[in-house]
Amino acid sequence: MIKFTLNGKAVETDESADTPLLWVVRDTFKLKGSKFGCGIAQCGACTMHVNGKARRTCVLPIAAVAGQEITTIEGLGTPDNMHPLQRAWTEQSVPQCGYCQSGQIMSAASLLQANPNPSELEVEAAMAGNICRCGCYPRIKKAILDVASNNQSPSIKIESGSIETSSAGTRSSVESKS
Amino acid sequence: MSALKFTRRGFLKTTGIAGGGLLIGYYALRDTAQPQLLAIEGAMQANAFLQITPDNQVVFYMPRDEMGQGAYMGLTTLVAEELDVSLGDIKVEFAGVHEAYNNPELGFQATGGSTSMKVHFLPLRQMAANTRALLLNAAAQDLNMAVDSLGTDSGYVVADGERHPYGDFIATAQTLEMPKQAKLKSKAEFKYIGKETVRNDALAKSTGTADYGIDIDLPDMHYAVVQRCAVAGGSVKSFDDTKTKAMPGVTDVVQIDNGIAVVAKSFWQAKKALATVQVEWELPELAKVNDAQIRSDYQTALDSNDGDTKEQGSLETGFAQADKEIEREYWAPYLAHAPLEPMNAVVRISNGEAEVWSGTQGPGVAQGLVARYSGVPKEKVTAHSTFLGGGFGRRVILSHVAEATQVAVATDKAIKLIWTRENDIQNGWYRPASLMKIRAGIDDDGAITAWDATRVGGNLIPDTLRFALPGAVPSLPQGVTDWMADTSESVFDGWIIDGASIEGLADDYTLPNKQVRHVTVNHGLPLAYWRSVGHSFTAFAKETMIDELAEQAGSDPFAFRRLNLSENPRLVGVLNQVEAGLNRWQLAPGRHIGIAAHASFASYVAQAAEVSVENNAIKVHRVLCSVDCGQVVNPDIVRAQMEGAIMFGLTAALHGDLEVQQGAITQSNFHDYPILRMNEAPAVEILLVDSNEAPTGVGEPGLPPIAPAVANAVYKATGRRLSSLPLKLT
Repeated sequence: MIKFTLNGKAVETDESADTPLLWVVRDTFKLKGSKFGCGIAQCGACTMHVNGKARRTCVLPIAAVAGQEITTIEGLGTPDNMHPLQRAWTEQSVPQCGYCQSGQIMSAASLLQANPNPSELEVEAAMAGNICRCGCYPRIKKAILDVASNNQSPSIKIESGSIETSSAGTRSSVESKS
Repeated sequence: MSALKFTRRGFLKTTGIAGGGLLIGYYALRDTAQPQLLAIEGAMQANAFLQITPDNQVVFYMPRDEMGQGAYMGLTTLVAEELDVSLGDIKVEFAGVHEAYNNPELGFQATGGSTSMKVHFLPLRQMAANTRALLLNAAAQDLNMAVDSLGTDSGYVVADGERHPYGDFIATAQTLEMPKQAKLKSKAEFKYIGKETVRNDALAKSTGTADYGIDIDLPDMHYAVVQRCAVAGGSVKSFDDTKTKAMPGVTDVVQIDNGIAVVAKSFWQAKKALATVQVEWELPELAKVNDAQIRSDYQTALDSNDGDTKEQGSLETGFAQADKEIEREYWAPYLAHAPLEPMNAVVRISNGEAEVWSGTQGPGVAQGLVARYSGVPKEKVTAHSTFLGGGFGRRVILSHVAEATQVAVATDKAIKLIWTRENDIQNGWYRPASLMKIRAGIDDDGAITAWDATRVGGNLIPDTLRFALPGAVPSLPQGVTDWMADTSESVFDGWIIDGASIEGLADDYTLPNKQVRHVTVNHGLPLAYWRSVGHSFTAFAKETMIDELAEQAGSDPFAFRRLNLSENPRLVGVLNQVEAGLNRWQLAPGRHIGIAAHASFASYVAQAAEVSVENNAIKVHRVLCSVDCGQVVNPDIVRAQMEGAIMFGLTAALHGDLEVQQGAITQSNFHDYPILRMNEAPAVEILLVDSNEAPTGVGEPGLPPIAPAVANAVYKATGRRLSSLPLKLT
């Protein structure tokens, strides 16, 4: 039995220890937002946060996450209570087919957590592990940079603050470990 | 190899699934019954597309599939406009399988060929306008007022300044006759069409709440993965599953047409166990084929007089008039579509009925395949549509649905069958490789006097037909579709070629003396429509040749194109817009601009690519793109499709290459079949032509010009004319 925390809740599973986290989250815990794209950590569709940091979960055995804090796209924000990146994604019509976007957003959230004001080159470097076959890259980049510049802008700090407070349940649990 | 001749009746120019080619002469028998919509208490079913509930919810049953191209948004926009309901207030459901949802251009329920907006722009608006008129008639009766005194506003009938929800009038509306020709809005009256709006699927896709086929989860479901022969067409000679059956979680190992399926309680168990199956394969002829053989067979065909030829004017005259002449050969390799969601299907068969869940470009095809492989009558097979994690033509071919059905039948279990990425790259259906040759002549004024074009490669029809047919002709008796599918190779191979094989190769320009020759050479690798289909390789040949001719003519590439586009004002229009846009660009040292223009799927696109070359590495910095797709319904969707097609085309231009060794594809996943990544993605600026022409498609037309635009820029940077894809300087 392997135990870990999934979006702030304690969970346990008896899947074999070598099972990648992706499949346990999707098929045992029924959170389908994280996707299977390549199975070899090349496309990033499966990206979740492990203790606040983006990881490719299609190659991450559950044995390696025992006792760790896992956050998925569902834990980052919900349609009623979106993370600022999800809001930017929606307002700027970033997705096309949408299949990669959970992974893109999780990579971007991890980047902004570590580096709230990245340069364009830093965004490209951090996001190079996430493939978008539809080619939404210009929009993904712009959405990340916009959220980053909002983070820096004093005039809208109140709004950002209220977003952070309202989603504090999941985000603080991630932050406390990182 | 079967180099073959086709009919002397000339090229059969037909429309097809992803752009050209599929001939469906057998329409479904007319079924006048309305499709069954969701059971919502008290709701009015206005027609096959619209339901209005007593609490004023409008439900739109979308007849096309959503693979990222934005039909979900575009078609809903049409309904919002003429029904007069806020775009965001319309609940969108994917339609079930029914003749009412057929794509009028393709002849069956399919999404492709950049047709969705083109074929639905007027019919869906008319349907919504009629429904609005019906509600007004009902309101007039209920409120006892003259219908002319009533108006509507965002889901409400407005009478004497009072707002009454549409839902208040549905009871009366159901007793009245549906108006047939309600007046449509004029362009000046549009509230949604042509306006900037946020995609109506963006929220679900940004929060992980959009359902794709791979997300379907049934309580009693088992997982299946399949070991297939590395060489297409191979079959199982024998297999040993002794170890496999002892693996944890494995419940069944079954032989199906395409190989050996392992069924387990989880995907991971099935995948791990699959590696233990020992299979001996019966290999087809294709197993003797490698890249060198393909190239040499194509070259032999190109250098022969085989194939069929269509001539307009006289090449002899044209070349006699020419003062300069260029001949060049072009190569484009096999490519995989590699949509990010791997192929998958869920099939459940019980009590003489069946259900299938899969994201497809033709849900009727899925239904037909389940019926064919389960024996359950088609009327008792329900096909559920989901969002598609990319399509690009790949999700027309639904062999995975056939596989899932065979496994479900053999195991008596509900089955979710998932392809791995390796399956996708190595066991798939491919954009056909092409060897092309263009010989062209120009006179001293720079006018093209002769254009002699040849294309050698596979023909798309037989492969497409085999897997599309059971759904394409749902009302034909199953025996007949079986027969047609099984015999499609002999019926079509050597008989006709589809327009997709040559589309765009000798088009767009004024070519008074031209000839197109096609030689079908097919080594047995399965072929499929691939985003922009024939245009994906012909535009590369055509537009790099045009660039070379412009240089020979001593002419500017814009001026040369304009001179030879005298009968194509819309292509001139997008070229002019790009030329004007370039005036704003400051070029840094070492940067070079290449341009290309190409019409496809009735839309017109010109692009300029800003490129630098350092240490033989090609870097694309910026792309300027102008598109004329007629009247623009969703400007931001059009921009997004141009952006996306440019990136998709750049993957092909810079990376895309599949190699064949002993009949098998040597690449296997994204490490050796690379997809463009963010750090390689250029900045893109999209310009839209303001047009009153009827809307045309945008999913594919943005792709064809990008490879030649980049190649033409590379020539300026290096002096080297690259004529093979992908573009490599080493």
